[in-house]
Amino acid sequence: MTIQQEASVRGEPPRKATMQFRQGSALRQLWETNLEVFQRDKMALFGLFIFAVFTIVAVFAPQIAPNDPLEPLKNNEGDWIKDAMPYWLAEPGADVAKGYTNSFLLGTTNIGRDIYSQLIHGSRSALLVGFSAAAAVAVIGTVVGLLAGYYGGWVDAILMRAADVAFGIPFIPFIIVISAFLDPSIWNVVVAMAALLWRDTGRVIRSQVLVIKEQAFVSAARVSGASNLRIIFVYIAPSILPLSFLYGSFAIAWAILTEASVSFLGFSDPDTISWGFMLQDAFNSLALSREAFYWIVPPGLCIMLTVMAGFFIGRGYEEVLFPRLRRM
Amino acid sequence: MSRGVAFYILGRFLQSVMVLWIIVTMLFLLFRLAPTNPMASYIDTEFTEEQEAAIMARFGLDKPLGEQYIIYLVNLLKLDLGDTFHYAGKSVLDILGNDLPNTIYLTLTSLLLAYAVGVLGGIVMAAMRGRMIERVGTTFTLMTRAAPQFWVGMLLLTFFAFQLKLLPSSGIGPPMVRYRWETEWDKLLSPVFWRHMILPTFTLALYLHGLPLLLMRSNMLEVLDQDYVTMSRLAGYSEWRVMIQTAARNAMLPVLTALTLGIGYSIGGNVVIEHVFSWPGLGRTLVRAVQQADYPLAQGAFFLIAVIIVFMNFIADILYSLLDPRVGASAQAQVS
Repeated sequence: MTIQQEASVRGEPPRKATMQFRQGSALRQLWETNLEVFQRDKMALFGLFIFAVFTIVAVFAPQIAPNDPLEPLKNNEGDWIKDAMPYWLAEPGADVAKGYTNSFLLGTTNIGRDIYSQLIHGSRSALLVGFSAAAAVAVIGTVVGLLAGYYGGWVDAILMRAADVAFGIPFIPFIIVISAFLDPSIWNVVVAMAALLWRDTGRVIRSQVLVIKEQAFVSAARVSGASNLRIIFVYIAPSILPLSFLYGSFAIAWAILTEASVSFLGFSDPDTISWGFMLQDAFNSLALSREAFYWIVPPGLCIMLTVMAGFFIGRGYEEVLFPRLRRM
Repeated sequence: MSRGVAFYILGRFLQSVMVLWIIVTMLFLLFRLAPTNPMASYIDTEFTEEQEAAIMARFGLDKPLGEQYIIYLVNLLKLDLGDTFHYAGKSVLDILGNDLPNTIYLTLTSLLLAYAVGVLGGIVMAAMRGRMIERVGTTFTLMTRAAPQFWVGMLLLTFFAFQLKLLPSSGIGPPMVRYRWETEWDKLLSPVFWRHMILPTFTLALYLHGLPLLLMRSNMLEVLDQDYVTMSRLAGYSEWRVMIQTAARNAMLPVLTALTLGIGYSIGGNVVIEHVFSWPGLGRTLVRAVQQADYPLAQGAFFLIAVIIVFMNFIADILYSLLDPRVGASAQAQVS
C-alpha cells in the first residue's frame, strides 16, 4: 500500500495520479520502466542491493552460519553454553573462565542456541514469505483489476464488493485465526495475505484499466477480431505490469512485517527459525529484564532493513509511474 | 444536504451492512472448520456422556449446521455473543466490554499524539524541502514505519522499564490498585493508569505518526503550487502565515479521512502492541482466546473488531464525500 492509498477510503487511488504510459512491445516497456526506476532513484537501487545481500545470505545460510540454529551448544566439559555474551561485549577472560570452546559473535540464547546462526537462517523465511506473498498479492490483484476494469457490469460489481469485504476484515486477527486453524507453517501467512491484500492492487489496476481500454490500440485490436481474453492479457496487461511491480514491492515489505508479527505472537512453525520467532523467544525467556540487547537488537534491525528495501523500491516505481507525485 | 447526498449515504450504509453480514458468515464457517473440537478443552475427562451432551446442547453444538447459523445470526442481532469456554460464568460480552475501553484509550491517545506530531512535522518537512533536515526527518519517519512495532516496544521496555526502572513494564496497573477502580472514570483519573499507558502509547504513536507526516508533506507540496497560495504570497503575508493559514488548512482534508480510517484499523492492528505490554484490550484477548481454543470469545472479539473497522470505513467515506462534493458525485456514478 502506498501512502496515498493507505489514507484513502477503501484504497482508491489518488485522483490526480495519472499513470505515464509507454508505447512499444510489452517486454520492452517493462524493461525500460525497470531501468528508469533504478537509474533515477539511488534509494531504489540501494533497496535492490539490500535484497541481493540478504538473498545471498539466505541461499548460503548453512555455509555461512557457524552452528545449527536449533541445536543447544555444549562446551568441552559437556555443559550447555547458556546466555553467553557476544565475545566483544564479555569481559576479557570470561570465555576461558566459563570453559567456552567458541567465541560467539552475538552470544547464545537462554538454552544455548547460537544467535548469529539463527539470524543467518532467519533470512530464509523472511525472504521466502516476503517474495511469495508479494507475488501472490500482485498476481491476484492484477487479474482481479484487469477483469473488473475490462468487463465492467456484474463482473466488476462482484469483484469490487468482494474487495469491500476484504477491506472490512481485520488483517492481523484474520491471519492469527488462519494460522491457528491450519497446521503450523510459514505458508499460512502467505495464504492469508493473498486472501486479503489483493484488494488494494485490484482497485488501483481496475481504475487504470478503465483508462487504457478507451485507447485507440484497444479498439483497433477489437475491430481486428481479437478475443476478450487476448485483448486483456496481450494488449492491456503489459501496460499495467509496472503498476503490479509497484504494489508487489510494497507487498514484500508488508509481508515481511506481518510474518514477523505473527511469529512473534507465537503462531508460526516452531521448527522454522525466523526473525519474529527469535524475538518471541527472547521476549518469552525474559531477555528484556536481563537487558540482553545483543539478542533483541539484531533480528529487529534485519526486519527493518528488508522492509525498508521494499519501501525504497516501491517509492522508486511510484516516482517513475506517477510523475505528478514525484515530490513525495 | 441534497437528496443525492442522502441517497449516497443510505446506499453506503446498506453496503456496509451487507459487508458485515458476509464477514459474519465467513466467521461462522471459519470457526466451524477449526481442527480441534472446541469442547476438548472444556469437557472434563471424568464427565459422563449425558453431561457432555448437556454441555454440547447448552452451547448449541448438537444442532445441524444450518440451524446453528440461524441461531448465531439471531443471537448476534440481539447482541448475545454467547458464553466463554474458559472464564466460567462470564459472557463474551462481559469480557469484551471490559477490554474495549482499554483498547480505545490506548488507540485514541496514540492517534491524537501521532496526528498532532505528524501534521506539524509534515508542514515543517514541506517548508524545509530540499534541505538536509528534511532528508534526515523523512528517512527517520520511513524507519519508524519499517521497524516492527513489537520490536520498538521491546527496546523501549528494556531501556525504560528494566534498565532505568523509570516506567512500569506491563498491564494497566498493579493488582491492588486495579481492584479499587470501580468505574472507568476512576481508572481515567488514576495517575497509575496513565503511567502504565506512557510506553505503549509512545510505541504506537511512533509507528502511527508516519502516515500523517508523509501525507501532510506531499499534500503541502501539492497545495503550495496552487494559484491562491502564490496570491497570498504576493499579497505580502509572511511565509509562516502562508504555510499555516492558507496551505496547511487545505492540505488537512485527506489527513482527516486518514485519521477516521486509522481509528478502525488501529483497533484491529493493536494486537501486537497489546501483547508486548500485556495491555488488557481486545487484541490481547483475541490472541489468548485463539491460543486456548476459546472459540466463542475469539469469534466475539473478531466480530467486534470487524464492526468497528466497517463502521469507521463508512464514516470516513461519508466524511470524504461531504468535504469534497466531487467525490460524492463520482462515487455515486460508480455505485449505480
